[in-house]
Amino acid sequence: MMSATKHQGGSRSEDRLLSAILVLAICLTLAPVLRLFVEGVTDQGSPSLGLMRDVLAQPSTLGALKHSLVTAGFGTLVSLVLGSAFAFLVALTDLRAKAALVFCLMIPMMIPPQITALSWTQIMGPSSVLLKTLGIAPPLGAKQPLYSPEGIIFLLGIQHMSIIFLTLRAGLRAIPQDVVEAARISGAKGLRTWWQVVMPLTLPSLAAGTAITFVTALGNFGIPAMLGIPAGYATLPTLVYQKLAGMGTTVLAEVSVLAMLIGAVAVAGILVQRLFQSRQKLHLVGSTSRPLALPLGAARLPVEICLWAVVFAILVLPMFGLLATSLVPAYGVSLRLDTVTLASWYEVLFRQPVTSRAFTNSFGLAAGASVALMVICLPLAWLMERRQTRLARLFDSLLDLPYALPGVVLSIAMILLLIKLPFTEATLYGTIWIIFLAYIARFFAVMFRPVQASLKQFDPAMDEAAQSVGASLYRRLRDVIFPLSAPAAAAGAILVFLTAFNELTVSALLWSSGTETLGVVIFNLDDSGETGMASALAMTIVLVVIVLMALIQLFSRRFPKGVVPWQT
Amino acid sequence: MADIDLSSIGKTFAGTPALQDITTRFDDGAFIALLGPSGCGKTTLLRILAGFEEPTAGSLHIGNREMANAQTGANLPPEQRNIGFVFQSYALWPHMSVRRNVSYPLEIRGLSRAETRRNTDAALASTGLERYADRMPSDLSGGQRQRVALARCLVSDPCAVLLDEPLANLDVALRATMQGVFTDFHKRTGATMVYVTHDQAEAMAMADRIAVMDQGRIQQFDTPQNLYERPKNRFVAEFVGRGTVVPVQQFRTDGTAQQARILGTEVSVQSAQHAARVSHVCLRPENLTITETGHLRSKVARVTYMGGKYLLETVTDCGARLFAETRARFDVGAQLGLTITTPWAFSED
Ligand SMILES: Nc1ncnc2c1ncn2[C@@H]1O[C@H](COP(=O)(O)OP(=O)(O)O)[C@@H](O)[C@H]1O
Ligand SMILES: [Mg+2]
Repeated sequence: MMSATKHQGGSRSEDRLLSAILVLAICLTLAPVLRLFVEGVTDQGSPSLGLMRDVLAQPSTLGALKHSLVTAGFGTLVSLVLGSAFAFLVALTDLRAKAALVFCLMIPMMIPPQITALSWTQIMGPSSVLLKTLGIAPPLGAKQPLYSPEGIIFLLGIQHMSIIFLTLRAGLRAIPQDVVEAARISGAKGLRTWWQVVMPLTLPSLAAGTAITFVTALGNFGIPAMLGIPAGYATLPTLVYQKLAGMGTTVLAEVSVLAMLIGAVAVAGILVQRLFQSRQKLHLVGSTSRPLALPLGAARLPVEICLWAVVFAILVLPMFGLLATSLVPAYGVSLRLDTVTLASWYEVLFRQPVTSRAFTNSFGLAAGASVALMVICLPLAWLMERRQTRLARLFDSLLDLPYALPGVVLSIAMILLLIKLPFTEATLYGTIWIIFLAYIARFFAVMFRPVQASLKQFDPAMDEAAQSVGASLYRRLRDVIFPLSAPAAAAGAILVFLTAFNELTVSALLWSSGTETLGVVIFNLDDSGETGMASALAMTIVLVVIVLMALIQLFSRRFPKGVVPWQT
Repeated sequence: MADIDLSSIGKTFAGTPALQDITTRFDDGAFIALLGPSGCGKTTLLRILAGFEEPTAGSLHIGNREMANAQTGANLPPEQRNIGFVFQSYALWPHMSVRRNVSYPLEIRGLSRAETRRNTDAALASTGLERYADRMPSDLSGGQRQRVALARCLVSDPCAVLLDEPLANLDVALRATMQGVFTDFHKRTGATMVYVTHDQAEAMAMADRIAVMDQGRIQQFDTPQNLYERPKNRFVAEFVGRGTVVPVQQFRTDGTAQQARILGTEVSVQSAQHAARVSHVCLRPENLTITETGHLRSKVARVTYMGGKYLLETVTDCGARLFAETRARFDVGAQLGLTITTPWAFSED
């Protein structure tokens, strides 16, 4: 008899490929985090908590921690109020033009925070071009009201309201409509249904959304950097930045402790989020086919006007500010027909070598990260779906960490890992590669999750059918799996590109002369007083963002459910 | 020769057994049905044959090739087994046209372009799909999709075709047509077919031999006729056809005649030749005649019109529920006499 022992290729080759890609993915994403942890609890190679004690005892550390908690905490509150108001109204009532509203609400999340901060400073304060043009600018010498803790809180709130909005809306959509209908049959009316039936059912998703918003606000660098540094108000991420920018890598050990401190607070938040997320799924059974649409009646038009006014205020108004500033010859001049000029645009887009370099860098980094992540994530997500080994499950639960953790934490971890490559004297610190690897780690989840979501809806028989007609693993990946998950991979790739193209937090700590990214350039232009050029560049980026988002939106019907983040 | 040989095959999922000690042989060219209630392990057995699952005990041979052996851990991957599989969900590749779906197995085998085209055309023609060759699977009806799945399986000339409840998603009328398609397909190709279903009418209509399964075991592997007329145990007697199993109170055998006391009356029964003792008989409508003088008094509990005849559910004085068929109409509550003629007897422990 012929023996089968020689022919074990099929499942074995899947196992081997899975292990190989899994190890690669773990090295790319989790190794830096691990390395940071080791740094914090050792001193010159031996275990010690001495440094940690020293750093934590410094008043600047405690001050920054307090500022971080205050701004992130109250910022989350602002997000909670705005985001949940929108979510309840959009998900539960019969508002018109919901899709347009949702799309507009997603834009603040996609616009990089430093641009949010820049644009808002352009519509407030004594030198605002827009206010001057309208003749309502405060007198010279008056303070810029946004350079304050309140300003940071307000902008953090706006920046992250979409997170609350999305998680809550997803939670609301999961409520079976018959639950609400049963309440109404029993005689409960409008607000009472909302308060006694809808609210209790959505509390878990609301709590999960709040926790993750807090974590994101805590890690935000762009807003406290643009608003807090001029006011001398440091949060933990800006403190790390200032120390590293001022004293270079000599303070690496010290900032590692700071990074771990932020990381610890963030992990606590993430755990809270996971806890509530797992709660959420428990008790919801029933049909969710038709979305709820409670009639608002006569209140519909006023409510719609109100919502669109808010959208106008947080989205359009700041953009007018940016536009006005970018069109005048010098900062503070008011915009009139005789002063309007495209000089700033021309200068920043075509003359400045640093901007064209940054364009090249950011484009290359974003495109490179998208492609590399696509190549890794597609087979990995597929194999992890097929063969649920223990290591794969563990990785699945941890792979969000580099994205969820504040960018500062990942940057410091990357420096520690790559400043001296093992077994050599070479370093990646100061090269573009450290930024590239950091992007791979950070945006891994952005690529992986949509692909995974699409593969979960994929009928495994599709692959088995190919297997039974003799297709090898390679042929099945090429002919069946890749074509079918291509839309999700494309959406993931655009999202990675979008986020990486605008990224500031990670590159702010990792750039050096020659490897500037667009985020860094805007930050530096504003820092050195070139507000007009910064605004012109920011406007350009906002346009790119909106075009890319519109592109995803356009193709959204072809993507499987759960792939486009704002279409849950 | 591609007989399928299973010896002591077992499969446990995380400690709970789904299949236990399956030892049987499916002859080359036979049309086999696996019949049983939902959850009895039919799909699991089929997936072991295909190689999607590895048995945790026993071994599997097809022809003289060892496909899987739990002892040595050997398991030939599905892509090397040359077995066709028709899925309940059809599993057509939505991004390929009907033609490409069907020709893909040949592409894998590296056939020449002309040969691929010829074989694909033949497979499409034999399933009546020529007109749909350039459509996408999403533009087909359920029955047409099932035909594509069948053509895809046929084109590569597999040594066995496995079908997992292929008609479960179709409506009743289409099911009858597709049964014809499957039997024709089997006659023409002579391929060994293993067909999973929980619908006994479907199994009876198509299969040469049926393996009735329950709780991970094959209860009886036999021809449809034998399953109905000569069930081996209580499960098969009650699962196949309409039958009531009643205990035997006394059993006598003198020479060829076998006598048993059932429900208080003495009747002659049939049983397998080697049966030294029997414990139960299976009473089917065919074994019961309604006569005024019948020695088993019973009362009609329910009447169902079956088209041309009535099915009576009756309750005897001692409480047993029996099914009888009649052309005459009876009312609920009517008293009848029943006569039992040579029921099948078996031994059950
Ligand atoms: N992948 C699996 N993991 C765990 N249990 C399984 C798996 N597949 C099947 N089972 C269990 O094995 C038993 C038999 O299942 P199956 O073969 O699908 O039954 P059938 O096809 O006869 O309805 C069931 O109890 C089922 O829950
Ligand atoms: Mg099944």
